Amino acid sequence: MSLRFHRRRLAVLFGLMATLGAGQEALADGDSGRVALLPKYQQECAACHLAYPPGMLPAASWQRIMAGLPKHYGTDASHDPATVKELSAWLGAHAGTYRRIREEPPQDRITTSSWFERKHREVAAAVWKRPAVGSRANCAACHAGAAKGDFDESGVRFPR
Amino acid sequence: MRFSTLHRWLPQAGLAAVLLTAAVIFPVARAATPAGQLSVYSAQAGAPAVPARGQQFFTTRQGREWSCASCHGAVPTQDGKHASTGKAIGALAPAFNPQRFTDAAKTEKWFRRNCNDVAGRECSAAEKADVLSWLMSLQR
Repeated sequence: MSLRFHRRRLAVLFGLMATLGAGQEALADGDSGRVALLPKYQQECAACHLAYPPGMLPAASWQRIMAGLPKHYGTDASHDPATVKELSAWLGAHAGTYRRIREEPPQDRITTSSWFERKHREVAAAVWKRPAVGSRANCAACHAGAAKGDFDESGVRFPR
Repeated sequence: MRFSTLHRWLPQAGLAAVLLTAAVIFPVARAATPAGQLSVYSAQAGAPAVPARGQQFFTTRQGREWSCASCHGAVPTQDGKHASTGKAIGALAPAFNPQRFTDAAKTEKWFRRNCNDVAGRECSAAEKADVLSWLMSLQR
Protein backbone atom coordinates (compact mmCIF):
# COMPACT_ATOMS: atom_id res chain seq x y z
CA MET A 1 0.00 0.00 0.00
CA SER A 2 1.09 3.57 -0.62
CA LEU A 3 2.79 5.71 1.97
CA ARG A 4 -0.02 8.24 1.70
CA PHE A 5 -2.55 5.63 2.84
CA HIS A 6 -0.54 4.79 5.95
CA ARG A 7 0.01 8.43 6.80
CA ARG A 8 -3.69 9.15 6.55
CA ARG A 9 -4.49 6.19 8.76
CA LEU A 10 -2.02 7.38 11.33
CA ALA A 11 -3.50 10.86 11.22
CA VAL A 12 -6.99 9.49 11.80
CA LEU A 13 -5.79 7.27 14.63
CA PHE A 14 -3.92 10.15 16.22
CA GLY A 15 -6.95 12.41 15.93
CA LEU A 16 -9.14 9.76 17.51
CA MET A 17 -6.75 9.27 20.41
CA ALA A 18 -6.42 13.00 20.98
CA THR A 19 -10.19 13.39 21.08
CA LEU A 20 -10.54 10.48 23.45
CA GLY A 21 -7.80 11.88 25.64
CA ALA A 22 -9.42 15.30 25.80
CA GLY A 23 -12.81 13.76 26.39
CA GLN A 24 -11.35 11.65 29.17
CA GLU A 25 -10.30 14.68 31.13
CA ALA A 26 -13.65 16.40 30.74
CA LEU A 27 -15.48 13.29 31.85
CA ALA A 28 -13.19 12.63 34.79
CA ASP A 29 -13.71 16.12 36.20
CA GLY A 30 -17.45 15.62 36.46
CA ASP A 31 -19.72 18.49 37.34
CA SER A 32 -17.27 21.11 38.46
CA GLY A 33 -15.27 21.11 35.22
CA ARG A 34 -12.38 21.42 37.59
CA VAL A 35 -9.25 23.00 36.21
CA ALA A 36 -6.02 23.60 38.08
CA LEU A 37 -6.00 27.22 39.23
CA LEU A 38 -3.31 29.43 37.77
CA PRO A 39 -1.11 30.38 40.75
CA LYS A 40 -1.25 34.03 39.77
CA TYR A 41 -5.05 33.86 39.74
CA GLN A 42 -5.03 32.35 43.21
CA GLN A 43 -2.58 35.00 44.41
CA GLU A 44 -4.25 38.04 42.88
CA CYS A 45 -7.92 37.14 43.04
CA ALA A 46 -8.36 35.20 46.26
CA ALA A 47 -7.44 37.80 48.88
CA CYS A 48 -10.99 39.08 49.32
CA HIS A 49 -13.04 36.15 48.07
CA LEU A 50 -12.71 32.59 46.92
CA ALA A 51 -10.79 32.06 43.70
CA TYR A 52 -13.96 31.27 41.79
CA PRO A 53 -13.60 28.44 39.26
CA PRO A 54 -13.34 30.03 35.81
CA GLY A 55 -15.74 27.43 34.46
CA MET A 56 -18.63 28.95 36.39
CA LEU A 57 -18.99 32.00 34.18
CA PRO A 58 -19.04 32.39 30.40
CA ALA A 59 -16.14 34.14 28.70
CA ALA A 60 -18.19 37.28 28.05
CA SER A 61 -18.84 37.71 31.76
CA TRP A 62 -15.16 37.29 32.65
CA GLN A 63 -14.27 39.82 29.98
CA ARG A 64 -16.53 42.44 31.50
CA ILE A 65 -15.29 41.72 35.02
CA MET A 66 -11.65 42.05 33.99
CA ALA A 67 -12.37 45.27 32.12
CA GLY A 68 -13.99 46.82 35.18
CA LEU A 69 -11.59 45.96 38.00
CA PRO A 70 -11.29 49.48 39.45
CA LYS A 71 -15.01 49.23 40.20
CA HIS A 72 -15.28 45.59 41.11
CA TYR A 73 -18.63 45.04 42.84
CA GLY A 74 -18.08 48.09 45.01
CA THR A 75 -14.32 47.98 45.52
CA ASP A 76 -11.10 48.85 43.74
CA ALA A 77 -9.47 45.64 42.53
CA SER A 78 -7.26 47.26 39.93
CA HIS A 79 -4.08 45.64 38.58
CA ASP A 80 -1.24 46.51 36.30
CA PRO A 81 -2.16 45.97 32.62
CA ALA A 82 0.21 43.02 32.14
CA THR A 83 -1.41 41.09 35.00
CA VAL A 84 -4.90 41.92 33.75
CA LYS A 85 -3.98 40.64 30.29
CA GLU A 86 -2.51 37.40 31.61
CA LEU A 87 -5.42 36.66 33.91
CA SER A 88 -8.00 37.61 31.27
CA ALA A 89 -6.46 35.20 28.80
CA TRP A 90 -6.44 32.34 31.29
CA LEU A 91 -10.01 33.02 32.42
CA GLY A 92 -11.23 33.22 28.85
CA ALA A 93 -9.54 29.94 28.00
CA HIS A 94 -11.22 28.10 30.87
CA ALA A 95 -14.56 29.87 30.94
CA GLY A 96 -17.95 28.28 30.75
CA THR A 97 -16.92 24.66 31.29
CA TYR A 98 -19.22 24.13 34.25
CA ARG A 99 -22.24 22.30 32.94
CA ARG A 100 -21.53 23.92 29.61
CA ILE A 101 -23.14 27.18 30.68
CA ARG A 102 -23.79 29.92 28.17
CA GLU A 103 -26.03 32.20 30.20
CA GLU A 104 -24.54 35.57 31.09
CA PRO A 105 -25.97 36.11 34.56
CA PRO A 106 -27.22 39.47 35.88
CA GLN A 107 -24.28 41.68 36.94
CA ASP A 108 -22.04 38.82 35.81
CA ARG A 109 -22.45 37.29 39.25
CA ILE A 110 -22.12 33.55 39.69
CA THR A 111 -24.66 33.84 42.50
CA THR A 112 -27.39 35.21 40.23
CA SER A 113 -26.98 32.46 37.66
CA SER A 114 -30.08 30.34 37.22
CA TRP A 115 -28.07 27.15 37.84
CA PHE A 116 -26.80 28.60 41.14
CA GLU A 117 -30.29 29.51 42.26
CA ARG A 118 -31.58 26.08 41.34
CA LYS A 119 -28.77 24.38 43.25
CA HIS A 120 -29.34 26.51 46.35
CA ARG A 121 -33.13 26.73 46.33
CA GLU A 122 -33.39 24.58 49.47
CA VAL A 123 -31.12 26.84 51.52
CA ALA A 124 -33.26 28.94 53.87
CA ALA A 125 -32.90 32.72 53.67
CA ALA A 126 -31.85 32.78 57.33
CA VAL A 127 -28.78 30.67 56.59
CA TRP A 128 -27.35 33.32 54.27
CA LYS A 129 -27.69 35.87 57.05
CA ARG A 130 -25.76 33.90 59.65
CA PRO A 131 -22.56 35.76 60.63
CA ALA A 132 -20.42 32.73 59.73
CA VAL A 133 -21.83 32.81 56.21
CA GLY A 134 -22.50 36.46 55.45
CA SER A 135 -23.28 36.27 51.76
CA ARG A 136 -23.96 33.94 48.85
CA ALA A 137 -20.50 34.78 47.56
CA ASN A 138 -18.86 33.14 50.55
CA CYS A 139 -18.79 29.61 49.15
CA ALA A 140 -16.22 28.32 51.62
CA ALA A 141 -18.57 28.95 54.56
CA CYS A 142 -20.52 25.79 53.66
CA HIS A 143 -18.34 24.17 51.00
CA ALA A 144 -15.17 23.25 52.86
CA GLY A 145 -13.47 22.09 49.69
CA ALA A 146 -14.38 25.18 47.68
CA ALA A 147 -10.81 26.45 47.44
CA LYS A 148 -9.93 23.21 45.66
CA GLY A 149 -12.95 23.39 43.39
CA ASP A 150 -14.84 20.71 45.33
CA PHE A 151 -18.50 21.67 45.64
CA ASP A 152 -19.80 18.17 46.04
CA GLU A 153 -23.12 18.13 47.88
CA SER A 154 -21.97 15.39 50.24
CA GLY A 155 -19.42 17.79 51.72
CA VAL A 156 -21.84 20.61 52.56
CA ARG A 157 -22.08 21.73 56.20
CA PHE A 158 -24.06 24.76 57.32
CA PRO A 159 -22.17 26.63 60.05
CA ARG A 160 -24.14 27.79 63.08
CA MET B 1 40.91 52.51 24.50
CA ARG B 2 43.78 50.38 23.37
CA PHE B 3 43.73 46.80 24.47
CA SER B 4 47.08 47.11 26.18
CA THR B 5 45.73 49.65 28.68
CA LEU B 6 42.52 47.74 29.39
CA HIS B 7 43.99 45.92 32.36
CA ARG B 8 44.53 49.23 34.13
CA TRP B 9 40.83 50.13 33.91
CA LEU B 10 39.46 46.79 34.96
CA PRO B 11 39.75 47.18 38.76
CA GLN B 12 37.93 50.51 38.62
CA ALA B 13 35.27 49.09 36.34
CA GLY B 14 34.86 46.18 38.74
CA LEU B 15 34.47 48.50 41.69
CA ALA B 16 31.94 50.57 39.81
CA ALA B 17 29.98 47.44 38.97
CA VAL B 18 29.92 46.36 42.61
CA LEU B 19 28.81 49.79 43.79
CA LEU B 20 26.13 50.03 41.13
CA THR B 21 24.79 46.59 42.04
CA ALA B 22 24.78 47.52 45.70
CA ALA B 23 22.96 50.74 44.92
CA VAL B 24 20.27 48.76 43.14
CA ILE B 25 20.04 45.90 45.61
CA PHE B 26 20.28 47.88 48.82
CA PRO B 27 17.04 49.85 48.48
CA VAL B 28 15.25 46.74 47.24
CA ALA B 29 16.57 44.77 50.20
CA ARG B 30 15.47 47.55 52.54
CA ALA B 31 11.98 47.43 51.09
CA ALA B 32 11.69 43.77 52.05
CA THR B 33 11.06 44.50 55.73
CA PRO B 34 8.41 46.57 57.52
CA ALA B 35 11.14 48.81 58.97
CA GLY B 36 12.62 49.32 55.53
CA GLN B 37 9.27 50.26 54.03
CA LEU B 38 8.57 52.60 56.94
CA SER B 39 11.83 54.44 56.41
CA VAL B 40 10.98 54.88 52.73
CA TYR B 41 7.54 56.35 53.52
CA SER B 42 8.91 58.56 56.31
CA ALA B 43 11.58 59.88 53.99
CA GLN B 44 8.97 60.62 51.34
CA ALA B 45 6.79 62.32 53.95
CA GLY B 46 9.73 64.38 55.15
CA ALA B 47 8.72 63.84 58.76
CA PRO B 48 8.77 61.03 61.32
CA ALA B 49 5.72 58.76 61.53
CA VAL B 50 3.19 59.18 64.35
CA PRO B 51 1.67 55.82 65.39
CA ALA B 52 -1.27 57.36 67.27
CA ARG B 53 -2.27 59.26 64.14
CA GLY B 54 -1.98 56.01 62.21
CA GLN B 55 -4.37 54.26 64.57
CA GLN B 56 -6.80 57.15 64.27
CA PHE B 57 -6.69 56.99 60.47
CA PHE B 58 -7.06 53.21 60.45
CA THR B 59 -10.17 53.09 62.63
CA THR B 60 -12.03 56.13 61.30
CA ARG B 61 -14.20 56.22 58.22
CA GLN B 62 -12.89 58.69 55.70
CA GLY B 63 -16.15 59.86 54.19
CA ARG B 64 -17.15 56.51 52.73
CA GLU B 65 -18.74 53.27 53.79
CA TRP B 66 -15.64 51.47 55.09
CA SER B 67 -12.68 52.23 57.29
CA CYS B 68 -9.52 50.10 57.19
CA ALA B 69 -10.81 48.44 60.34
CA SER B 70 -14.01 47.36 58.58
CA CYS B 71 -12.11 44.46 57.03
CA HIS B 72 -8.89 44.29 59.04
CA GLY B 73 -10.40 44.76 62.49
CA ALA B 74 -9.82 47.63 64.91
CA VAL B 75 -6.72 45.90 66.28
CA PRO B 76 -5.45 43.76 63.40
CA THR B 77 -3.50 41.23 65.47
CA GLN B 78 -5.75 38.39 64.35
CA ASP B 79 -7.68 37.40 61.24
CA GLY B 80 -9.97 40.06 59.89
CA LYS B 81 -13.04 39.45 57.78
CA HIS B 82 -13.95 41.03 54.46
CA ALA B 83 -16.87 43.37 55.08
CA SER B 84 -18.66 42.23 51.94
CA THR B 85 -17.69 38.63 51.18
CA GLY B 86 -16.95 37.38 54.69
CA LYS B 87 -13.63 35.93 53.58
CA ALA B 88 -10.98 35.61 56.29
CA ILE B 89 -8.09 38.07 55.94
CA GLY B 90 -4.80 37.31 57.67
CA ALA B 91 -3.61 39.57 60.49
CA LEU B 92 -2.09 42.82 59.28
CA ALA B 93 0.29 43.58 62.17
CA PRO B 94 3.74 42.26 61.12
CA ALA B 95 4.44 40.82 64.59
CA PHE B 96 1.44 38.54 64.13
CA ASN B 97 1.94 37.76 60.45
CA PRO B 98 5.55 37.69 59.22
CA GLN B 99 4.54 37.92 55.55
CA ARG B 100 3.17 41.44 55.96
CA PHE B 101 5.12 44.39 54.51
CA THR B 102 7.90 42.26 53.05
CA ASP B 103 7.14 43.11 49.42
CA ALA B 104 7.09 46.81 48.61
CA ALA B 105 5.19 46.36 45.34
CA LYS B 106 2.48 44.39 47.12
CA THR B 107 2.25 47.00 49.88
CA GLU B 108 1.86 49.76 47.31
CA LYS B 109 -0.75 47.82 45.35
CA TRP B 110 -2.94 47.31 48.41
CA PHE B 111 -2.52 50.88 49.65
CA ARG B 112 -3.58 52.09 46.22
CA ARG B 113 -6.71 49.96 46.11
CA ASN B 114 -7.78 50.16 49.71
CA CYS B 115 -7.15 53.90 50.15
CA ASN B 116 -9.32 54.38 47.09
CA ASP B 117 -12.07 52.33 48.71
CA VAL B 118 -11.77 53.98 52.12
CA ALA B 119 -10.88 57.57 51.23
CA GLY B 120 -11.60 57.86 47.49
CA ARG B 121 -7.99 58.87 46.84
CA GLU B 122 -4.38 57.80 47.21
CA CYS B 123 -3.05 57.88 50.75
CA SER B 124 -0.21 60.32 51.31
CA ALA B 125 3.25 59.06 52.25
CA ALA B 126 2.69 60.49 55.73
CA GLU B 127 -0.54 58.55 56.15
CA LYS B 128 1.12 55.34 54.99
CA ALA B 129 4.02 55.94 57.38
CA ASP B 130 1.65 56.65 60.28
CA VAL B 131 -0.41 53.51 59.67
CA LEU B 132 2.64 51.29 59.19
CA SER B 133 4.35 52.64 62.30
CA TRP B 134 1.22 51.93 64.34
CA LEU B 135 0.91 48.39 62.91
CA MET B 136 4.55 47.75 63.76
CA SER B 137 3.93 48.92 67.34
CA LEU B 138 1.40 46.11 67.89
CA GLN B 139 3.39 43.45 69.69
CA ARG B 140 2.56 40.26 71.54
